[in-house]
Amino acid sequence: MDLFEYQARDIFEKHGVPVLGGVVATTPEEARAGAEKLGGGTVVVKAQVKTGGRGKAGGVKLAHSPEETAEKASEILGMDIKGHTVHRVMIAAGARIAEEYYFSVLLDRANRSYLAMASVEGGMEIEQLAVERPEALAKIAVDPVVGIDAAKAEEIVTAAGFADDVKEQVAQAIQKLWTVYVEEDATLVEVNPLVKTEDGQIVALDGKVTLDENAGFRHADHEALEDKDAADPLEAKAKENDLNYVKLDGAVGIIGNGAGLVMSTLDVVAYAGEAHGGVKPANFLDIGGGASAAVMAAGLDVILNDPQVKSVFVNVFGGITACDEVANGIVQALGILGDEANKPLVVRLDGNNVEEGRRILAEANHPLVTLAETMDGGADRAAELAAASAA
Amino acid sequence: MAIFINEDSKVIVQGMTGSEGMKHTTRMLASGTTVVGGVNPRKAGQSVEFPGDVTVPVFGSVAEAMQETGADVSVIFVPPAFTKAAVVEAIEAGMPLTVIITEGVPVADSAEFFTLAQQAGVRLIGPNCPGIISPGKSNVGIIPANITGPGKIGLVSKSGTLTYQMMYELRDFGFSTAIGIGGDPIIGTTHIDALAAFEADPETEAIVMIGEIGGDAEERAAAFIQANVTKPVVGYVAGFTAPEGKTMGHAGAIVSGSSGTAQAKKEALEAAGVKVGKTPSETASLMREILS
Repeated sequence: MDLFEYQARDIFEKHGVPVLGGVVATTPEEARAGAEKLGGGTVVVKAQVKTGGRGKAGGVKLAHSPEETAEKASEILGMDIKGHTVHRVMIAAGARIAEEYYFSVLLDRANRSYLAMASVEGGMEIEQLAVERPEALAKIAVDPVVGIDAAKAEEIVTAAGFADDVKEQVAQAIQKLWTVYVEEDATLVEVNPLVKTEDGQIVALDGKVTLDENAGFRHADHEALEDKDAADPLEAKAKENDLNYVKLDGAVGIIGNGAGLVMSTLDVVAYAGEAHGGVKPANFLDIGGGASAAVMAAGLDVILNDPQVKSVFVNVFGGITACDEVANGIVQALGILGDEANKPLVVRLDGNNVEEGRRILAEANHPLVTLAETMDGGADRAAELAAASAA
Repeated sequence: MAIFINEDSKVIVQGMTGSEGMKHTTRMLASGTTVVGGVNPRKAGQSVEFPGDVTVPVFGSVAEAMQETGADVSVIFVPPAFTKAAVVEAIEAGMPLTVIITEGVPVADSAEFFTLAQQAGVRLIGPNCPGIISPGKSNVGIIPANITGPGKIGLVSKSGTLTYQMMYELRDFGFSTAIGIGGDPIIGTTHIDALAAFEADPETEAIVMIGEIGGDAEERAAAFIQANVTKPVVGYVAGFTAPEGKTMGHAGAIVSGSSGTAQAKKEALEAAGVKVGKTPSETASLMREILS
């Protein structure tokens, strides 16, 4: 889960990382109050969107009074930045910046470890710096068991070439940022820029934090950080039912078991769709190991409520799950949904107890259900039905 | 021969007395696996009856189970919150191979126990994986044993159900070993580890490698194949239609910006001389051509 800048700021503050005052606002009035709370002087009004390039897009503006803060906030709220609508702004205390630096610590999948990156050339996009001036970006491996202790922080600031007058302060900030990383179960903590102010203070001016959703069980407070406004309504509904669902832009609804098989099913449907006017998969939905009738009904309910869906392809390989249970799940789900089930279903079952599963579906003889012998055949049939319905 | 496990493997189950542990221990025993013990400190000294008149003793610790039974493989079926402690216990006991089935383990826990396993020189498979099967010899995890039998194909995959699908597609050939390495960002055994083991295994004649979006494990595997693998390899990559920035079921299955795409993985594999199928069935056909 990616956090907004203001959420990252709050988490930084909680763990003692030096930050400036910041208040989040969803209306110009709140923005005015925020500026007053920060002392009524110069502030920066910053769009809160989970994408880069907001400065260039006009999403960051200076304001010199609470009145002007409200004006700037009203300009920024509602803006579209690379497809993200601005619902919130952060009113941040102004800083007199002397120098800009960069620091991050992140999961290093390739080395199955962590990596710290630091540079005395902050402010620019780090991907750009890494390509144009790789020598200016220090990359230091961090042992997941040891973490960033004083010695490792010293190694990082030395490798990055921080000047003597800020080295100690930056090393302190880096250790605090490591505390954020490890205590919040983050997979990314990035500060860009980390700045030295004109009066020589080190401050994390803008932060990006990604939290590990698998660690949610030990962080009851993380649920409140979810951006519920941004979720697609169907995705929100699926989440309420503990379904693993991602909405896509297409006409063939997909239900399958196992993440890999479902991803593969989307690809096979898109491939089959090339022969049927380019129809595409409408979603990713993994019903997991135990495909009970209730889970199947909840899944079908989400998919059939997607107005873009014209046909549904159910692709299940019975490994642990028995195909007869899946077949019963489908029959019962159609019973539960009644008239709400109104789009053709192509069902492909293979594996454990497949004969019995197919028999159950054949016997139920539901008018909407077609049985497919293979994954490719089922994908083709579902794509064909979606194309016919769209025509 | 097979990779990582064989007919002599002695398996203990951490979390055997839980509902998943019981269910899958029953299945492992039924498929011929030598399960020599379970671990649960609260039930130490007891034993559990399984179908077919099999009695499996429960030990208080992994170390004790190893000492009493000579176990050399552990399989873990404990919930995510307890997985790290279970894995660390196995590592500290010196267990040579630990297979972690549990899905939903925090990545920081995986990073930590992987580092400890490296230091101890022991192998982990998973987490978030279906385990490993050498049909007819041993089956450690949850891969259905009745899909196919022993044969000459080695299979390595991030995905459980795609493993089953591919075993099913090639069921008339059979498999030396099929290993599901798991879909998490940090896993104990990678495609490269499995490829190296298959290359060295005289019973494996050809290899199927299944990848999916996220990270660059497939690209690194492609470079490894080019330099080190002489046996024929066919590949499949899932997730061409996955949108950027969305996690597709597996915690590690995410395209970030332009990195981790299925297209890049396919191209890297093809550049290394690996034939890559567009669908699972086409991938199976490519393997048929090689073996026939």
